[in-house]
Parts: sequence; C-alpha cells; structure tokens
Amino acid sequence: MTTTSRRPVYLNLLKIKLPIAGIMSIIHRATGVFMFLALPYLIHLLDLSLSGPGGYAEANTALHSLFGVVFVFLIMWSLAHHFLAGIRYLLIDVDYGVEKEMAQQTALGVVIAGPILGLLLAGGVL
Amino acid sequence: MSRKASGLKAWAIQRLTAMYIGLFSLYLVAVLMFAAPADYGAWKAWIGSPLLSVAMLLFVVSVLMHAWIGVRDVLIDYIHPIAIRATALGLVALSLVAMGLWAAQALILVRLV
Repeated sequence: MTTTSRRPVYLNLLKIKLPIAGIMSIIHRATGVFMFLALPYLIHLLDLSLSGPGGYAEANTALHSLFGVVFVFLIMWSLAHHFLAGIRYLLIDVDYGVEKEMAQQTALGVVIAGPILGLLLAGGVL
Repeated sequence: MSRKASGLKAWAIQRLTAMYIGLFSLYLVAVLMFAAPADYGAWKAWIGSPLLSVAMLLFVVSVLMHAWIGVRDVLIDYIHPIAIRATALGLVALSLVAMGLWAAQALILVRLV
C-alpha cells in the first residue's frame, strides 16, 4: 500500500460524534466478533448434544443455566442484529435506502430491534 | 489475483454466504421455536437426516468463510504491525479450519452411529 498522503487522521473515539449508522456498524462488528468467539462453545454444544442421551441432557442443562440463558440471549441478539443490518446492507447495495433520512431510520430500527428480537428469540427457543 | 479483484471476490462471497446463513438461520430458529425435537432420538434423527445433514455442513462452511472475511477485515483495521497482524490472521485461519473439521466430524459421526 502506498498511502503516504498527509491527510489528517482524526479517530479519537471520545471526541468524534458517531452517526446512528456508525453505531449500527460498530454493533455489527462487535456482534460478529462475539459470534466468532462463541463458535467453539456452539460447536461443543452441538457435538455434546449429538454424542448420546447423556450428552444431550448435559447440553440441555447447560443451555438452561444462568450462563446458558445469557449466552443464548447474546447469540440471538447478535444473530438478529447481523440479520437485519445485513438485509439493510444488501438493500443499500442495490441503491435502496441510501438517502440520509432513510438510512438513519433503518439504522436506528436495526439497533433497537436487535436486543428486542434477541429477547423474544431466546425466550422462544429455550 | 490483483488486490482489487480479491477484494471484489471477498465482497461477493460475504454476500452470498450471508444469504444462505440468513435463510438457514431463519429455518433453524423457526424449527427450534415452533417444532423443537422433543428428545435425543428426535434431535439426532432431525440433524442426522440426509437433507439437513448436508444443509448443516453447507451452513458450517458458509459461516467459516463469512467469519474469515469479517474477522480478517476487523483485524486489518485495528492491528497495524505487520508481524502481529500476520500472526493473528494465521491463528484465526487455523482456528476456523479446526472448528470446521470439529463441527463436520460431529455432523458426519451422527449419521454413522
């Protein structure tokens, strides 16, 4: 890479005011990294649940413990946010929802819907 | 492949895998919410059925490719020293392949026993 220009770089996170689409984008990243970090535990649970009736019961118990419930909520929130923000990105790819007002509204909608859907889905599957 | 073309390829893969992950997740969550297998036998029969088994393996591959592109972009944005960046990327790639094999092993074993 040959970016030798002397453009000012101003990325002090405490001083820049992030627009709502930026907040949505950061949550997209955070939830993505969280799901990546959660992969080993998810695969462990799948492996355990398929290992036999004992393992199945063990996985079931783990998912219904306090840790399990919080974990499932966070996974469902992440999944819902990624799902909705992903659809928003795909629509923007085909030039739908690019205008400032619409882009701000959909970003806010995604940010708010994420945890609500997370709660509903976690309650639904547990 | 040029830098530009490889970026375009990553962009396309990210969207293609996203669509499959999105649709299949919708199906998985819907089943778990409204028609969850009641016991180990039903769970094993469902996950181990020929069609779902292949769909799950495809899901695993899609998630790993999607996670690779996403995590790679995050690491490249925040880790600048080239040696640390390369090491981190290598570890992520290795861990993704390992997790893919682990999941595939569980999904294939359940069809054999």
